[in-house]
Amino acid sequence: MAKLLHVSSSPHDRSPVTTRSLMRDVIISLLPATLWGIYRFGFRAFMIILISITTAVVTEYAYIKLFKLKPHPFEASAVVTGLLLALNLPVSVPYWIPILGSVFAIVVVKMLYGGLGYNFMNPALGARCFLVISFAGIMTNFNVEKGNVFVNGASGIDGISGATPLAVVKGGELANASLFDMFFGLTAGTIGEVSAFLLILGGLYLIIKKVISPIIPFTYIITLVIFVVIFGGHGFDIDYIAKEIFGGGLMLGAFFMATDYVTSPVTTKGRFIFAVILGLLTGLFRIYGNSAEGVSYAIIFTNILVPLIEKFSMPKAFGTGKRAYKRAAGN
Amino acid sequence: MSLATFKRGIHPYEGKELSMDKKTIAYLPKGELVYPLSQHIGAPAKPIVKVGDRVLVGQMIAEAGGFISAPIISSVSGTVKKIEPRLVINGTKCMSIIISNDEKYDSIENFGKHRDVSKLTAKEIVKIVSDAGIVGMGGAGFPTAVKLSPKNPDEIDYCIVNGSECEPYLTSDYRMLLEEPEHVIGGLKIMLSLFKNAKGIIAIENNKPEAVKVVKGLLKDEDKISVVVLKTKYPEGAERMLIKAVTGREINSKMLPADAGCIVDNVDTVIAIDNAVRFNRPLVRRIVTVTGDCIKEPGNYAVRVGTLYSELLEEAGGFTKEPEKIISGGPMMGQAMYSLDVPITRIGSALLTMSKDKVSEYEPGPCIHCGRCVAACPENLVPTLMYKTAKKMDVDAFRSMDGLECCECGSCSYVCPAKIPLTQSFKLMRRAVMDDNKKKAEEAKKAAEAGKEN
Repeated sequence: MAKLLHVSSSPHDRSPVTTRSLMRDVIISLLPATLWGIYRFGFRAFMIILISITTAVVTEYAYIKLFKLKPHPFEASAVVTGLLLALNLPVSVPYWIPILGSVFAIVVVKMLYGGLGYNFMNPALGARCFLVISFAGIMTNFNVEKGNVFVNGASGIDGISGATPLAVVKGGELANASLFDMFFGLTAGTIGEVSAFLLILGGLYLIIKKVISPIIPFTYIITLVIFVVIFGGHGFDIDYIAKEIFGGGLMLGAFFMATDYVTSPVTTKGRFIFAVILGLLTGLFRIYGNSAEGVSYAIIFTNILVPLIEKFSMPKAFGTGKRAYKRAAGN
Repeated sequence: MSLATFKRGIHPYEGKELSMDKKTIAYLPKGELVYPLSQHIGAPAKPIVKVGDRVLVGQMIAEAGGFISAPIISSVSGTVKKIEPRLVINGTKCMSIIISNDEKYDSIENFGKHRDVSKLTAKEIVKIVSDAGIVGMGGAGFPTAVKLSPKNPDEIDYCIVNGSECEPYLTSDYRMLLEEPEHVIGGLKIMLSLFKNAKGIIAIENNKPEAVKVVKGLLKDEDKISVVVLKTKYPEGAERMLIKAVTGREINSKMLPADAGCIVDNVDTVIAIDNAVRFNRPLVRRIVTVTGDCIKEPGNYAVRVGTLYSELLEEAGGFTKEPEKIISGGPMMGQAMYSLDVPITRIGSALLTMSKDKVSEYEPGPCIHCGRCVAACPENLVPTLMYKTAKKMDVDAFRSMDGLECCECGSCSYVCPAKIPLTQSFKLMRRAVMDDNKKKAEEAKKAAEAGKEN
């Protein structure tokens, strides 16, 4: 044998799943909703997505070069961040918004804390919240493009209302969008959040491919439903519940943002607690807060609680404590 | 019927098709044989032969070096050539007895002579097993005679034959279940004769339906022995997982299977018990699976203990392509070797060759906190958080996370998408914790003694 043999400690086999393959699956799962957003909102939506992703990737690369960090193989997490941020923007935003948002997400939320795996807050959501706080008017303008001008969809263009169904509900009005429109994405909203159907499709893809565990999205949604039924003031009204579930950013948040690995607990029990808190906070923000939306703030707030949740949800090791077998007396 | 199993675990590539249908071939060694004095858990054996002595097949050449130890048996006839340190599987040198084989295979008196088990007392049976040099042949190498002598023999409810063979690529236990099932059942019956309240169970994973059929067929008229079919999952055959799967009882690392009323032995070990007790044949051979994508003729070989791996490789037709990694054992818990001029011991279950080393293919990246290791850990630990303590060599934090409960099965490292060497770091940490425990115990003892003197 000319070559030396490799020697390393066991195990010697590795699963084909890598960080990059997981990121690839997340991107695939977001494609239907992304394509629908582009179809629905036009070329401008495509540009926003492209700018957001490019900025995120370039910023991360530049940061690594600038601070001479150890370069690691490209794992596409910046693509996911850029894409998620774009899907959380309304189509009417000026092009500097995705640039600013992506730079903020990568530099402030992710890299300053140590890069992939060390950020305590979902980068895309952190950036979105930063943008909403700083540019509230721009970020809640759900008008759509008609020719070269932006018009309020409520005046009849494509049947798209200028306000999201959830915002209308917040205003006290219930009957503005049909369940069908909300479910398939014919209402107003950010680029990626409108089609609940395509988001669920993507979410199921991730669950079937075992990329995400179903605990977080389903517990989150169920908790929120219970909360709004009790405190929403409409009782068990199907139309109202449907708007709470499909009319805002819940689907995008529950399946793609709350399940972000880095900022959610690793333990099963922890994930359950995490999702319950998410549901309660989202309900609280939506019903008692100023804004119609609550998903983004609920997620980034609960992200901060993750280390605490993990500390209190550490599983008991196999066969230890009470689980250890004890022979019954007299046996 | 639902299959017996444990929670969590993984499904690695099995690779059993390479050798599972290959009938076991008996191989007689040509060169010298090497017997390391440490091929079991516990104290090394002490040589009782001198250089120049003639030895016979089945003759004890080194006696047990303590209560937890096992003697070494010559597997050929010939003369003792040397007693010197030799390279062993783990890359270190171990004092070994070297015997030059005269290829006559003259055996000790009464070798292979049938014995009436019903006339033997429990003590005599355990003595025979002990003198035959039988240790757990699944890989751990724990002296079987010690296992068969629990504190309360009446509290043993189950004698379990571990035929799960959950480690990928290995097919030696499967072949034995097909080819020598009467020895398996015979050995189990001998075990049952030691424990009056025990039931016998032969546990087999459901990826071996042929073996299940054969064994079940032979057990038609047995009321004390049954077959339990296990779900194919790694590490189903880990002792604690197997006990959980078969009996529902959980034990931790500080307990013995006997604490849960169980005695667990691997298929080849049970066959060795039958051979030793019923046929007066001490442990001289083991079944080795030679497999992997670089081997010309993958197969299963009945090999004399002490044969060099290089000889066995030649017998299997040599390499078809250059291997990047050679492993003694399976891919999950086996040991990588840098030289094949090492002897096959009682615990070496396979020679696995790989043309691609997957470990070196990937560069470890940052942990993304995905929780796959948590979902895989059969011991219900949180490997990703344990790894953080391991990186800081924080012995106390590692201990408080039950790091000692880790069974080093490798599931976490296997599933990690960032390819972080989790298991590897835990192995180091567990040694560090055990050393620390010892140090603390000694300090406490000293302090107590100092207190007494004052």
